[in-house]
Amino acid sequence: MKKLLLVIAGLVSLQTAAAIEVDEVVAKANHAAYYQGKDGKARVQMTIVDAQGRERSRNFTILRLDVQDEVDGAQKMYVYFNRPADVNKTAFMVWKKLEGDDDRWLYLPALDLVKRIASSDERTSFVGSHFFYEDVSGRVPTEDRHVLVEETDNYYVVESTPLNADQVEFATYKNWIHKQTFLPVRTEFYNDNGQAYRTYEALKVEDIGGYQTVTESRMSDSRIGGHTTMGYSDVQYDMDLAEDLFTERYLRNPPRRYLR
Amino acid sequence: MGVTRAAILSSLLGLLLSTMALAQDPPLPAGLVAPVSSTAEEPQLPAGLSSEPTLPSGLGTVSSISSRSPARDDAAATFLDSLPFDLTGFIESRLGTRLDDDTTQKDTSIGEVRLQLQIESDWDWARLGITADLLYDRVPEEHNLKFDSGGGWLDLRQAALLLRPADNADLEVGRQILTWGTGDLIFINDLFPKDWNAFFIGRQDEYLKAPSDAVKLALFNNVANLDIIYTPRFNSDRFIDGRRLSFFSPIQGRIVGRDFPVDVDSRNRWLREDELALRAYRNLGSWEAALYAYGGYWKSPGGQDPVTGLATFPNLYAFGASLRGPVASGIATVETGYYDSRDDSSGDNPFINNSEFRFLASYEQELLPQLTLGVQYYLEWLQDYDNYRRSLPPGFAARDEKRHVFTTRLTRLAMNQNLTLSLFNYYGPSDEDGYLRVNANYKLSDQWQIEGGSNLFYGDRRYTFFGQFEDNNNLYVGIRFGF
Repeated sequence: MKKLLLVIAGLVSLQTAAAIEVDEVVAKANHAAYYQGKDGKARVQMTIVDAQGRERSRNFTILRLDVQDEVDGAQKMYVYFNRPADVNKTAFMVWKKLEGDDDRWLYLPALDLVKRIASSDERTSFVGSHFFYEDVSGRVPTEDRHVLVEETDNYYVVESTPLNADQVEFATYKNWIHKQTFLPVRTEFYNDNGQAYRTYEALKVEDIGGYQTVTESRMSDSRIGGHTTMGYSDVQYDMDLAEDLFTERYLRNPPRRYLR
Repeated sequence: MGVTRAAILSSLLGLLLSTMALAQDPPLPAGLVAPVSSTAEEPQLPAGLSSEPTLPSGLGTVSSISSRSPARDDAAATFLDSLPFDLTGFIESRLGTRLDDDTTQKDTSIGEVRLQLQIESDWDWARLGITADLLYDRVPEEHNLKFDSGGGWLDLRQAALLLRPADNADLEVGRQILTWGTGDLIFINDLFPKDWNAFFIGRQDEYLKAPSDAVKLALFNNVANLDIIYTPRFNSDRFIDGRRLSFFSPIQGRIVGRDFPVDVDSRNRWLREDELALRAYRNLGSWEAALYAYGGYWKSPGGQDPVTGLATFPNLYAFGASLRGPVASGIATVETGYYDSRDDSSGDNPFINNSEFRFLASYEQELLPQLTLGVQYYLEWLQDYDNYRRSLPPGFAARDEKRHVFTTRLTRLAMNQNLTLSLFNYYGPSDEDGYLRVNANYKLSDQWQIEGGSNLFYGDRRYTFFGQFEDNNNLYVGIRFGF
């Protein structure tokens, strides 16, 4: 009897250990993908290829600052567009929150207009690409239930199911998280029939100041066809960005020294 | 390129091997190191499980073969990059036709070719921005250069120097586009010049804003940021004067156009006929609050000299406030302003506008993915209405005391956001009139876009705000190449 109890206790604690581990894996992956350093900058070359093979490009710079009183929590982001010509000098600002809607602003230079943007479905296209807003800013880990379905030499394979299925277009998604760096290397989104229709791939990783960083990635979506690649260059971390960069002042007058 | 091809090849190989039921670990990307134990002897993947991803370049045993191809470039891009300043812009052609017969106007509503050049130069101590539109427009009778109103072959939209005299101050001097306030195509406290002609004939929205020749000092602090904008010589609207669009003349008692254009008693004395606009603003959590003040003149003619018959820009002071923030899953705003018509404070001078109270409330929300709805309610409340009625010359049509306007904006993005369909409608239930703007814009490529649209005015009476423009209904098409 005593032995049996011990065995049961052992099983329970094993269960617990496993449960902690998957959440830890997801938390570390979230950190590795979106929260490295206290702030950061990257130039992004985005190439959108549609189902007919036509190419369009977007060229922009992202500045990011973690709001300091939360660990892997609220962030402020500033996106400054250079190309194509019709969005040149347009700036986009997000105050990302874990709870409630993000605050978003758009600055249209030709009108000198600071426009407040109604929060939209996070799972709609970011600037016409195959990436969603949520892929760029990060999906909050507590929105899904996570199960570690497999462990290989290189990866933790985590399957995630949304707690609120009405708010998303997928049934589940599966993430291949690299064991040493916790970078998500591949993410597949499945529909109700279990078919993968949308795939994220990290194509290239570089060590930037000690932070393992995805510098090339691709998103493809079989529902609309085609894919988008994002190449990151001039990546920097821990630049001591001031919080006031993420205000109306710098929407109207972009902080050039960070955007060159 | 080589890396990508290698990755594709290896993933194809991986797929092949997995279908042969030989489980294969995906190759690590360059830059990521595989554990020492990494071998191909992994357990077989269960049927139905997709194969494991190949490791991206940068993760893995193979040292990274960094060979990312540089951004595509062509001769034009190389030329633009070689300039010592940043040069961008577009060339555009726009054609439009009137839908109704207006004997006082040409049938063509717009027929122009426009080259916009934007130059930006950046130094440590300042930034210079110049935006010049070189323009040939076949509709106007006159093609002489008018530097202030943008008439002729050049519309200089920006020529401003931005300085940072202190950490908490920005100073912008020169010709610049200025905007503030919360309205969507309705302006209360934004008393910077507008180009109503451009707006009504189907130029792109940005041309609704005409430039100011001004000095803008922006001061930043934790209590409230302050913008102080001084315009040393009054900049009026590019208002409807009959030369381009017809309107109702109360004096003539009919619609007039080129046959009876408005001539103004312009205010152009430097430092004497000037404008001052102030804004104090701050964030309150997710909300943005602002207070506004203005001292200057009615931006479009607000009176008439009974002796000379010239239209005038009477004195105007304005004070207002606005609030903007999230409500439910949308953005709500309220804005209010009091227009103090200083030259007719009791409202009994029929040749000068009365004072007005103005109010705006709006809400915008995404209805469905890629479909956004915005609605606004706007009120113009004429003050001293009894005096206005009493002093109104006999035979003149009277304005209502309160003019109500509702606006609706629907914006739909489609075809990977390359197609934008938009509809904006003003409807005035008190004037029983309105104005519908419809536009479709399609981006053929990163450089080329085409668009078409219409400006449709409606109303039962010829003298109401939108009803008077009914003869100006038009359709337009445009094509633009951006660089």
